[in-house]
Amino acid sequence: MRFSALSVLRQGLKKNAGWPAQWRSPEPKSAYDAVIVGAGGHGLATAYYLAREHGLANIAVVEKGWLGGGNTGRNTTVVRSNYLWEESEALYEHAMKLWQGLSHELNYNVMYSPRGVMMLAQTHHDVQVLKRHVHANRLAGIDNEWLTPEQAKDFCPLLNISGDLRYPVLGATLQRRGGTARHDAVAWGYARAADRLGVDILERCQVLGIRRDAAGAATGVETSRGFIATRRIGVVAAGHTSVIMAMAGVRLPLESYPLQALVSEPVKPMMPCVVMSNAMHAYMSQSDKGELVIGAGTDAYTSYSQTGGLHIATHTLDAVCELFPAVRRLRMLRSWGGIVDVTPDRSPIIGLTPVPGLFVNCGWGTGGFKATPGSGHVFAHTLARGEPHPIAAPFSLDRFRTGRLIDEAAAAAVAH
Amino acid sequence: MLLIRCPYCDMDRPEIEFRYGGEAHLVRPENPDSVSDDQWAEFLYVRTNPKGLHAERWRHIHGCGRFFNALRDTVSDRFITTYRASEPRPDLPETMA
Repeated sequence: MRFSALSVLRQGLKKNAGWPAQWRSPEPKSAYDAVIVGAGGHGLATAYYLAREHGLANIAVVEKGWLGGGNTGRNTTVVRSNYLWEESEALYEHAMKLWQGLSHELNYNVMYSPRGVMMLAQTHHDVQVLKRHVHANRLAGIDNEWLTPEQAKDFCPLLNISGDLRYPVLGATLQRRGGTARHDAVAWGYARAADRLGVDILERCQVLGIRRDAAGAATGVETSRGFIATRRIGVVAAGHTSVIMAMAGVRLPLESYPLQALVSEPVKPMMPCVVMSNAMHAYMSQSDKGELVIGAGTDAYTSYSQTGGLHIATHTLDAVCELFPAVRRLRMLRSWGGIVDVTPDRSPIIGLTPVPGLFVNCGWGTGGFKATPGSGHVFAHTLARGEPHPIAAPFSLDRFRTGRLIDEAAAAAVAH
Repeated sequence: MLLIRCPYCDMDRPEIEFRYGGEAHLVRPENPDSVSDDQWAEFLYVRTNPKGLHAERWRHIHGCGRFFNALRDTVSDRFITTYRASEPRPDLPETMA
């Protein structure tokens, strides 16, 4: 069923009893042209673009849990493209352009809201680094502007710009096209659109092994729902990428860390934009439900626990209370952790692996959500052609051998 | 917050007294000139990142200041054992995790 004002009206008259399931839950076939491992936003987007732009009809997405239940459902929904290096600017801006038309393309409201992303400069070095970002972005045709503390407070009246702060606000950058999108809707929208193009989404289907032929090429995946033959495997497994790739004997420059987030009790609209603080390891926005969505840091040690230390979250809440004194008496409703796969240069790995037929899209670390459409788009091209999309080419696994790293350690507000 | 036993101080102390040092038992190539780019990349960047038993370095930075190694289960975050930096990895079956 196509969603429209008319369909909403029709279903409303039928007491909303007639909405069909938005995607099928098929049984696995014995073979597919391509198998994507991981039904998060990036994996579902990959399957969608493979089917839509590259004409592959016979695609499966296998997921050990439920669709969108990993980091896609655990992130803080921030969308922006104000990265430093040209390679990253091209990648994240590619995603930003796709965000702008995504709801129409998928016929699914992903609630992309360009409400502005403000990054605070709270030390002398922050000022230098963030101004450098502004200049680099503007040279690349990406909107980003420098604000004085007073201009920052005009844009976000909740912000405390008092000189009494341990880290006073010395200025800020603002990307007005940045903002938020509804994370679940992104997974659901891509799942529904991919399903309509014939993609089989196989939930509760855990990959247990990767089968290879005598020449070493991938020939299929062993799963908890049986063997699935395929000559093209795209691994998009976020924090579990090292585990999946080890099944094919591939070792990666990745470490998995828990990253935490929290939401407050819902309140009336008070926070007009996203504010991020690198110096104090905190960022905050407000969801359309009214909850303040707060991003905390990673733990110091690698882990697959999907929790995280209490002291990490309280450290972030200290920072939030200092930056936004108005929220001090709010109670936190929920906190959770997701497992993020971090590369040494804080940039993703998109492309081929030493195993023929096995491709990987990983290493998005603490900031993969914003890239979802672009990541899926370039990875689908890479899978279909067997060679990297021009935008994905610099993000090859090979860069760790050649030394052409893309260092974006300063691009994220999260403690790396 | 984790409780970590420092094998030098022989005490359980809170995690904030320690600094994490990443995967343990990585040995820098003895003769750098004879090492290929692949081997350098492996030493510098590639990590085992296991789901389960992990041998890792810690430093008791706000205590005795010394480095030691630990075996920890990365699913439960439970420490199986800690041992001094000079000692080899204890030979424990994976099922210990």
